[in-house]
Amino acid sequence: MAGQVERAEGGAAPRLRPPRDICRKARWSGAVVAAVLAGAAGAQDGRVSTYEQMAPELRAMQDDDFSNPGLLWAQTGEELWAEPSGADEVACAECHGAAEEMAGVAAHYPDWDEESGQAVDLAARINLCRQRHQGAEPLERGSEALLALTTLVALQSRGQPIAPSEAPQMEAVRGQGEALYSTRMGQLNLACATCHDDLAGGRLLAAEIPQAHPTGYPQYRLEWQEMGDLDRRLRNCMVGVRAEPFAAGSQEFVALEAYLKARAVGMEMEAPAIRP
Amino acid sequence: MAVMINVPETAAPGEVVEVKIIISHPMETGFRTGSDGKLVPRNIIHELTCRYMGQEVFRAELHPAVAANPFFSFFVTAQESGEVELSWVDEAGETVTETRPIEVG
Ligand code: HEC
Ligand code: HEC
Repeated sequence: MAGQVERAEGGAAPRLRPPRDICRKARWSGAVVAAVLAGAAGAQDGRVSTYEQMAPELRAMQDDDFSNPGLLWAQTGEELWAEPSGADEVACAECHGAAEEMAGVAAHYPDWDEESGQAVDLAARINLCRQRHQGAEPLERGSEALLALTTLVALQSRGQPIAPSEAPQMEAVRGQGEALYSTRMGQLNLACATCHDDLAGGRLLAAEIPQAHPTGYPQYRLEWQEMGDLDRRLRNCMVGVRAEPFAAGSQEFVALEAYLKARAVGMEMEAPAIRP
Repeated sequence: MAVMINVPETAAPGEVVEVKIIISHPMETGFRTGSDGKLVPRNIIHELTCRYMGQEVFRAELHPAVAANPFFSFFVTAQESGEVELSWVDEAGETVTETRPIEVG
């Protein structure tokens, strides 16, 4: 089997120590695809985006903006961006200018929101703007409209390195995420780390177990036939180990994302990614 | 309905160019149940056609096994400047027509 399970229950800090065969693969593919997405990062330290594990057809689908369905959501996002909304009848564009002004923003989320005194992910940040700056209702988590706006903002960071927030409060949030990541859960009693650190590169039925870098969210999964956010992906993983999933938008998911982003620091953003 | 169409803006006479189109559509199979437990009625795009220089140059008939947000790519020989017209119709009766200019010369 690919990896070795030697994690102390719950406690030990997750080490980034992918099994040897994945390192070999990264070295081998690193030379070939150094110019492509996270290839460069993979060659240096063994971290690879799931993109590297996908079939060439899926990579081609992601790379071509005219075949990547995620761009349809970005297009809807453009329309919403320019549309006056809420009691204040004001559009995102009126305060923020062109969507391109959001370059680099998604790469540092989740971030700390002073006013509410909590960590927020990108979707929650967009909803804060709706409530505070547009006098509008928050959009439902996972709704088409929120996914469209989030995709549009995330797209502006495509190709940029993940750069976790430097807000001092985020340290504790990442710590909480790290603890969750290494806590065994569900009837199968597995931690995220069991699969994504110790067994990454191995197989779970038909799927290759990825290293779980959150480089491409929101993303288009062929299985879903639509865009989905990171929460949805993490709910799938939790249901997979027969655990009760955290609620969409919960502090637990924000903390997990904050930890995953720190673990993927420097890797390239690739939203909207395609996944099987 | 979001759609992305790629027709090259310019081409040389006789050049074979690729037309790409991706349409946001659920392509509902009619076999899925909604949250109320009832079947979601089938609604798929069942026909897509492309016209160029007053002539049909491509036609596809679709059936329920096609995934959501279908993507098409096909080739057309550029002959004169004009419009490439794409239209499609789904089973809810919605017809959409989009045109893109192409300059040949
Ligand atoms: C009335 C002005 C206004 C409108 C309208 C507005 N925003 Fe904002 N937005 C702000 C301000 C001001 C901030 C800085 C944080 C704060 O003070 O709330 C911000 C922050 C943000 C951020 C975080 C930027 C960062 O660097 O962390 C995002 C993302 C964002 N807005 C997206 C949107 C979207 C999407 C919309 C439309 C749905 C929108 N905003 C509408 C004023 C606005
Ligand atoms: C039993 C093994 C297993 C466990 C435990 C597990 N996952 Fe996963 N995870 C997978 C597999 C397999 C996939 C890929 C599925 C696919 O692509 O079809 C995946 C995918 C992911 C991805 C998507 C990566 C990408 O490129 O988009 C993330 C992120 C992720 N998992 C995070 C987590 C987190 C956080 C936890 C703990 C709450 C967790 N996983 C628990 C097996 C697991």
